Amino acid sequence: MQAQEQSIKSGELSFARADSSTLVVRLRGDWHLRHGLPTSQAVETQLNTAPRPSRLTFEASDLGEWDSGLLTFLNGVSDICQKHHLKPDFASLPDGVRQLIELAEAVPEKSGARAEAHHSSFIEHLGSSTLLYLHGIDEFLRFLGEVTIAFINLFLGKARFRSVDLMVLIQDCGLHAFGIVTLITFLVGVIMAFMGAVQLQLFGAQIFVADLVAIAMTRDMGAMMTAIIMAGRTGASFAAQLGSMKVTQEIDALTTMGISPLEFLVLPRVTALVLMIPLLCIYADCVGILGGAFVGSTVLHLSLQTYLRETMHAVTLTGIFGGVLKGIAYAVIISVAGCLRGFQCGNSSSAVGDAATEAVVTSITYIVVACGLFAFIFNAIGI
Amino acid sequence: MSPHRHFFGSRLGRPTAARISTPGGPPPITVKNLTMAYGSFVLMKDLNFVVKHGDIFIIMGGSGCGKSTLLRHLLGLIEPATGEIVYGDFNFTKAEPLARESMLRSFGVLYQSGALWSSMTLAENVGLPLGQFTDLSAAEIREVASLKLALVGLKGFEDYFPSQISGGMQKRAGLARAIALDPEILFFDEPSAGLDPISSRLLDDLILELRDNLGATVVVVTHELASIFAIGNNSVFLDAESRTMIASGDPKELLAHSTDHRVRTFLTRGGEDAADSARSHG
Repeated sequence: MQAQEQSIKSGELSFARADSSTLVVRLRGDWHLRHGLPTSQAVETQLNTAPRPSRLTFEASDLGEWDSGLLTFLNGVSDICQKHHLKPDFASLPDGVRQLIELAEAVPEKSGARAEAHHSSFIEHLGSSTLLYLHGIDEFLRFLGEVTIAFINLFLGKARFRSVDLMVLIQDCGLHAFGIVTLITFLVGVIMAFMGAVQLQLFGAQIFVADLVAIAMTRDMGAMMTAIIMAGRTGASFAAQLGSMKVTQEIDALTTMGISPLEFLVLPRVTALVLMIPLLCIYADCVGILGGAFVGSTVLHLSLQTYLRETMHAVTLTGIFGGVLKGIAYAVIISVAGCLRGFQCGNSSSAVGDAATEAVVTSITYIVVACGLFAFIFNAIGI
Repeated sequence: MSPHRHFFGSRLGRPTAARISTPGGPPPITVKNLTMAYGSFVLMKDLNFVVKHGDIFIIMGGSGCGKSTLLRHLLGLIEPATGEIVYGDFNFTKAEPLARESMLRSFGVLYQSGALWSSMTLAENVGLPLGQFTDLSAAEIREVASLKLALVGLKGFEDYFPSQISGGMQKRAGLARAIALDPEILFFDEPSAGLDPISSRLLDDLILELRDNLGATVVVVTHELASIFAIGNNSVFLDAESRTMIASGDPKELLAHSTDHRVRTFLTRGGEDAADSARSHG
């Protein structure tokens, strides 16, 4: 079959001059897309060869089978002729070819419709990217302000959302996230314990692995890892849900019913995440410490009792509450970024994917920035 | 005013919804010198028309001329570049957001895709506005939602999710939600889009029945000639080329008397073959 296909000759192109002013384009063989096509540039070369022709015709007596391949070639020839102010004479071509070419040329190209390629310099690109980033921060802060006002209205009894929606979201943000939070934070505890053990064993201070894991998990890593998991899991989900609702005009339906989408859709999401992330943080702290204890007992041969006693010495309430406070801040960032990107979603299915990606990128960026700010503030106030 | 208008008594009244107008009063919708634009690109300009009480008003024109954009302007989803939209005596364009929200409760909207909230059952979809804007109990809301679903032929589908029913049924469920609060004005965005001819005809009949029995004014965005002639008694024709309205009035009158070739070409589907369809409905 392959050999048979290869034996089929692809379309052939040759040129002749009927007289000094007429270029004849000879088409031979079968013109199929799958066998490749001669380029229409060859016609341009002929049109530029002296003596320059003022007329272009075709000779198609040896033309075999044809499909869109021939039409594509002829369309290209037509464009080249237009550039040279020539009108190609398609009269000798088969009726079907002629009619399809006429159909393709029936509606002239709309001026200004074709996208112009724009090449910006590095400086221009850097400047526009910076402005875009600043604009993004501005949008985020504005949206955060609107959410704050909506919360104030909620407390004043002027805003409402369905309690069943909040319950479903709490279940989704909390209960359904337990598995992944357990796995990741346990492994983070294990990894930190291994990293600490390698160094601390050199000094015979392997017991301090418990301090290292406990302090790191409660102060930073518990909240940080939970936030990153929730940004990828729930933040993206919020953006995709709201983005899909925008595409299917469900958000418009709320607006035109006099129901504020901000109150109805955003408030329960922010509330659910702000309630669940601190709990998940505390849970993540415990699981991470258990991961460390696992390494302590299996690799460092510390008894579980000794490890946990050392952990109790290292952990402080301030550290735990600091972690929970960070968790609340991260929850606000994730939920606001997810909802904002959902509302900003375009009107296509690919835009929903983009919104989800943007939500995760925005959340993680702002979480890391917030983590840096917290480190600075906690250090300044001596926590 | 139809006797069915306040079927559910005072408890289903709209205490916070603005009253648009009554028969004999100012027209329910007046559009004055409206210009629609995206940034510096003017989509339509100098739009002036009036929708009267009980009208089934058709916004028509070719694809991409701005019909749905005009509808979004009427609903306040897009702000006009210039001009005003007035509902009764209420200047919607210049109104404060809270007053606008109140006015929106007098509207019912059926979107092209139905736009049902996918996480809710049909009864919850219809019941949501009732729960938000009335003092009805959950059981009463359920009863009203069942009635509204029955009115559009979906009795028994209360606990179905939108994904479990066909496109035509989704449209009808969307209509049930649109009439949940007995709106004074009903807006339809391409109601026939994606429907087979029979479902489309049934939806047209439903629109006529709801207009007659609820006493609502209806605005329909469509380019389906069969629907235009079957239900429309007033219209505006938007032309993408001149970027303004080029005709208004009863579509059947426009077909019979318009001398503008663009209007005639559209209303005769590029020929005179649709004229018979119009006459059979006329």
